[in-house]
Amino acid sequence: MLRSALRDAALAAMVALLLTMPLIGLRTVESNSRLVVEPHFIDVAVTVALVFLGRLGLTLAGAAKGPAWSVLAAALTVVGSGWLLPFPTQALRWLAVAGGILVGLRALVALRARHGTLTEAERDRRMDRIGARLQDASRLIGPVAVIFALLLPLLPFADRALIDLGILLLTYIMLGWGLNIVVGLAGMLDLGYVAFYAVGAYSYALLAQTFGFGFWLCLPLAGLFASIYGLMLGFPVLRLRGDYFAIVTLAFAEIVRIVLLNWAWFTNGPIGISGIPRPSFFGLAVFAKNPPEGAIAFHKLFGLEFAQIHRIIFLYYIILALSLVVNFFTLRIRRLPLGRAWEALREDEIACTALGINRTTIRLAAFAIAGMFGGFAGAFFATRQGFISPESFSFIESAIILAVVVLGGMGSQVGVVVAALLVVGLPEAFRELAQYRMLAFGAGMVVIMLWRPRGLLAHREPTILMHPRRSACQQQADTEARG
Amino acid sequence: MEYFLQQLINGVTLGAIYGLVAIGYTMVYGIIGMINFAHGEIYMIGAFISVISFLVLGAVGITWVPLAVVIVLLVTMLFTAVYGWTIERIAYRPLRGSFRLAPLISAIGMSIFLQNYVQLVQGARVKPVPPVIPQVIVLMERADGFKVAISYLQIIIIVLTIVLMAGFTLIIQHTALGRAQRACEQDMKMAGLLGVDVDRTISQTFVIGAALAGVAGVMVTMYYGVIDFYIGFIAGIKAFTAAVLGGIGSLPGAMLGGLTIGLIEAFWSAYFTVEYKDVATFGILVLVLIFRPTGLLGRPEIEKV
Repeated sequence: MLRSALRDAALAAMVALLLTMPLIGLRTVESNSRLVVEPHFIDVAVTVALVFLGRLGLTLAGAAKGPAWSVLAAALTVVGSGWLLPFPTQALRWLAVAGGILVGLRALVALRARHGTLTEAERDRRMDRIGARLQDASRLIGPVAVIFALLLPLLPFADRALIDLGILLLTYIMLGWGLNIVVGLAGMLDLGYVAFYAVGAYSYALLAQTFGFGFWLCLPLAGLFASIYGLMLGFPVLRLRGDYFAIVTLAFAEIVRIVLLNWAWFTNGPIGISGIPRPSFFGLAVFAKNPPEGAIAFHKLFGLEFAQIHRIIFLYYIILALSLVVNFFTLRIRRLPLGRAWEALREDEIACTALGINRTTIRLAAFAIAGMFGGFAGAFFATRQGFISPESFSFIESAIILAVVVLGGMGSQVGVVVAALLVVGLPEAFRELAQYRMLAFGAGMVVIMLWRPRGLLAHREPTILMHPRRSACQQQADTEARG
Repeated sequence: MEYFLQQLINGVTLGAIYGLVAIGYTMVYGIIGMINFAHGEIYMIGAFISVISFLVLGAVGITWVPLAVVIVLLVTMLFTAVYGWTIERIAYRPLRGSFRLAPLISAIGMSIFLQNYVQLVQGARVKPVPPVIPQVIVLMERADGFKVAISYLQIIIIVLTIVLMAGFTLIIQHTALGRAQRACEQDMKMAGLLGVDVDRTISQTFVIGAALAGVAGVMVTMYYGVIDFYIGFIAGIKAFTAAVLGGIGSLPGAMLGGLTIGLIEAFWSAYFTVEYKDVATFGILVLVLIFRPTGLLGRPEIEKV
């Protein structure tokens, strides 16, 4: 067994050598305005060694009656050396630590399960059970989380940075919930959600700058324009299925971005639009120390000391309210015929058409509604940043929003929150690793798909029940008993 | 007329490059029915490896151009093939038979990962490469001095593409590997029952597709002279458009689609606006999918319940 494990690991190391040799081992750098190659063979050697050890460790830990204890010890040694030994680059140090932890966890799982490895089905069932438990708990956690979010700005430790992070998180949660209507409920993979966001942001920016409209007037208009865009886009593309639909939405989002970039007299091109007005306090008061003639300052209205943070807190409450609206809407629409039709369509398109559901109009509704919420979020983004440019609406933004929906578990509202914390919150917490952020993001998407193809907290709750309501845990137990 | 001819030459060259990348999309889609979103990144990696190999060859002292080009082509094909194999092994194979959208999402993650990996290790700046084969042949000259020229490089690109396509068609039609691929394309389960090693066939498909994308990467490096880590994304979508336009799953279709896209792009840039050339391509993708989802040479897909 050891021999085959060694051969396997040697093969993996060989592949790693071929993969890293040209791109990591030979770096192109510019010196004296000429391109030269700079060798970094130590990096390659370390990577290959790590891959060899990692593959060996995984195979041995996973094998029946494998030497799990020694693998665990070896993994811990690697993690320790990751902290102590000098590594040629920071990335390799992280690779060593993360790989060591992964192998160690695998060995621990093997030790606990006592019989080599968990089968995929067992692992899935476990995660399903956790998902179901969380779903039950969300009845309790939900209100608590909402109350916490409401109180957050008033808590003593809430400084500007924390509230800014809260705004960012809530923006992605709102976008995630919005996209969830299309991806999670209606089951269409939309790779171009950022286009709605862009339409909303530019609608607000241009309306405010050209006509001097305020935020509260523009917000519905931005939603309206975004959903009109959704309808225009929807008519042609909704007949497509699956992967084709995904690619066409991506193409449309790129078209929108290119148009924003090049239609210079209208959108100001790559320079973007700056000086976008901030929202007023429902038109009653403005957030400024010295308000312009005829306007009332917010701090005067409430008899407070002037503080910059008032505006930030106000923005925080706006996005909180907007995202709660989206959440509430989704929760309720699932009980309406429209929401049921979406989910039915997701499960079986042909059966639905046979039952007389017009799939184009039903999907169009999903598209327009999700688009409207995207437009709201876009208008909020514009007013919060005060500056927008086509840069902010590239494909990677769509991918992040999609990741928030998909990684959390499609159709799961709690999942979106958890995934937003993971995808947006974690990188913010590790700011010093900013350059590795997108690398880890891409790798994370692959890993989570391999591990849980339906998302972390995927648990399909039936929308309609023949018998009285039961908890998700019990339903899960039923499913297991049956299957 | 002369201007038109020049654009025709440029468009065909461009189309050859897109066609080579499109083959990777069309083969993979034909067999396992997924869009290999990371394929464009393979092409980008191919471009980087070719730059690195040219520099290494220059440093070693191999400066005889034909030999250098052949070595670079072979080296790049080898390395991109390994990338293709690894990507399939890590990110797609475990997801075979899984939930419908999972492989596509995994592929998107892979694409983001590879882009940032190259950006991290090779830097975000544009890499300029001096022209390797600068000679041109002037075909005709207009009275006002406008010359219609075809460069040696363009000839090489077109000829090499034709040779690769011919070789590739031979592989598909006359070898055991080609038979296995066609069998898997028709019915994967049945092919497996009859003794075709399905996993291996799929791996080989990825390897071939990646090697061809690597060749396209070498070509684009020599043709444009600048590359960066972001070229794979747009080129990938365009090549996918080419594959869809030609009829996904059809090899001659991929080439035809590539040529069409190349020509459209060249003429659009020449006669309309260069800024909106990508919009033209994407517009075609949308139009084809709506009005002729089977593409020019594709077979209609039968929806089974």
